[in-house]
Amino acid sequence: MEYMLVLFSDPKPLAAMKPEEMQTMAGAYYAFTQALQQEKAFVESRRLRPAGDATTVHLDGGKSKVQNGPFVETKEELAGYYLIDVPDLDAALKWAARCPTAGHGHVEVRPVWAMPG
Amino acid sequence: MRDKSEVKAAAERVARGSYGKLVAFLAARTRDVAAAEDALAEAFASALLHWPERGIPDNPEAWLMAAAKRKAIDAHRTKKRGEGFQPHLELLAEELATADVTEIPDERLKLLFACAHPAIDEGVRAPLMLQTVLGFDAATIASAFLVSPTAMGQRLVRAKTKIRESGIPFRVPEREELPERLPPVLDAIYAAYAEGWSDPAGTDPTSRELASEAIWLGRLVAMLLPEEAEALGLLALMLHSEARRAARRDAKGEFVPLSEQNTGLWDGAMMQEAEQLLRQAASLSAIGRFQLEAAVQSAHAIRCLRGAADWPAIVTLYDALLMRTGSPVVAINRAVAIAETEDAETGLAALDGIDTKSLGQYQPYWSARAHLLAKTGRHEDAREAYDRAIGLEIDPAIRRFLQQKKARLAN
Repeated sequence: MEYMLVLFSDPKPLAAMKPEEMQTMAGAYYAFTQALQQEKAFVESRRLRPAGDATTVHLDGGKSKVQNGPFVETKEELAGYYLIDVPDLDAALKWAARCPTAGHGHVEVRPVWAMPG
Repeated sequence: MRDKSEVKAAAERVARGSYGKLVAFLAARTRDVAAAEDALAEAFASALLHWPERGIPDNPEAWLMAAAKRKAIDAHRTKKRGEGFQPHLELLAEELATADVTEIPDERLKLLFACAHPAIDEGVRAPLMLQTVLGFDAATIASAFLVSPTAMGQRLVRAKTKIRESGIPFRVPEREELPERLPPVLDAIYAAYAEGWSDPAGTDPTSRELASEAIWLGRLVAMLLPEEAEALGLLALMLHSEARRAARRDAKGEFVPLSEQNTGLWDGAMMQEAEQLLRQAASLSAIGRFQLEAAVQSAHAIRCLRGAADWPAIVTLYDALLMRTGSPVVAINRAVAIAETEDAETGLAALDGIDTKSLGQYQPYWSARAHLLAKTGRHEDAREAYDRAIGLEIDPAIRRFLQQKKARLAN
């Protein structure tokens, strides 16, 4: 089954990190991604730019309204995702717990909508 | 000769047991609890109707399977005519065609772990177990949990959808996962028991049934995980409580507090079984909340032999429970026990030390307070506390009991 690990974290401490701290962090994500690949559970992953760089679009009465910023302002914002393929929820939860984001933010585990055929 | 209602109860028990086994068997293969229930619904209803009268078949599971199979084949024919396609029945027909009914593996434990998975909303875990493993309908469960049948039905449907769509596995967790995964199962079984326990008069047969079904689930887990001390502890706790059922009301249906119960009415066989389970649990050297609570009940049960409860042991056990859980409910019971080993004043001081913020609406806090205040002679304060307790109590018999206690206070 495919699951998306949706990563939420507070960008502020991240922005204040020293280069070596940043490197340690990047190393942790690299190792996590490697582990997923080795276990053949990895599908794809992306890190997102901060929500401050987001622009939100919504059609209102046929007219598009463009809004600066994310859809919802929260302390912890959408920071990226991992798409994984594992046998069941327990396996997905195990990976979510290993994801470095779980240590400083939150990881939401969402089953991917299975398409027929 | 056995009583007719006993025969009926026995037949129903077997029907529920076989039904749960088959639901677990089918759901473990398809992850679709609702479909498994649907496929067996008519066969199960028919078993509940016929077995008490015609007797229990030699192989109850095979009987249910055969009945469900007939239904599945009928539905299959209907489908061929292009009407009412029912995918779950087709799925079942396939499973049934290959299954060996003489050897249905018991996968109910897997089903219990799926129902109490951390991804399932805590409040619906016990109802979900009662429905899937024991075949109770939503309306019956709703009335026991004081929820509207519609709301309960929706919650159960949502939970089953979640099991299917989020890929909750049907498996018994590995040994190293059990410390995390077993407590929710035990908690849900205890919640089901507590719901049944709240109607001690037995005026509501559903509640009484709920308590005995919870014990049955507790037996199932204890039997399938005999190395898990807390599973044994939970069963011991429920048996100790259940042993006192007959003593909790007098002939007129009035509430009898534990301290005034006639120990001759306590069920000796149940207490003995509970004691044996506790010894077995102790030998596994993994103490936990349920074993401690069962040990408290055991220290009360000793009254049968010694004429008095072992209050010093009870205080020690509540100390351990309090350290473990920090529960204000435990703290109240501990204060009452301290009043027995020391005096009412010391018990009251212990009660004063409890953070009451979350206890404003908790009846036992106020009745314990009233009881201890009365003992210290502070009748005016005791009356006030009784009033709070009376106002919060749901059970009319307990309310009457508290009113009598209050009325007996001298001015």
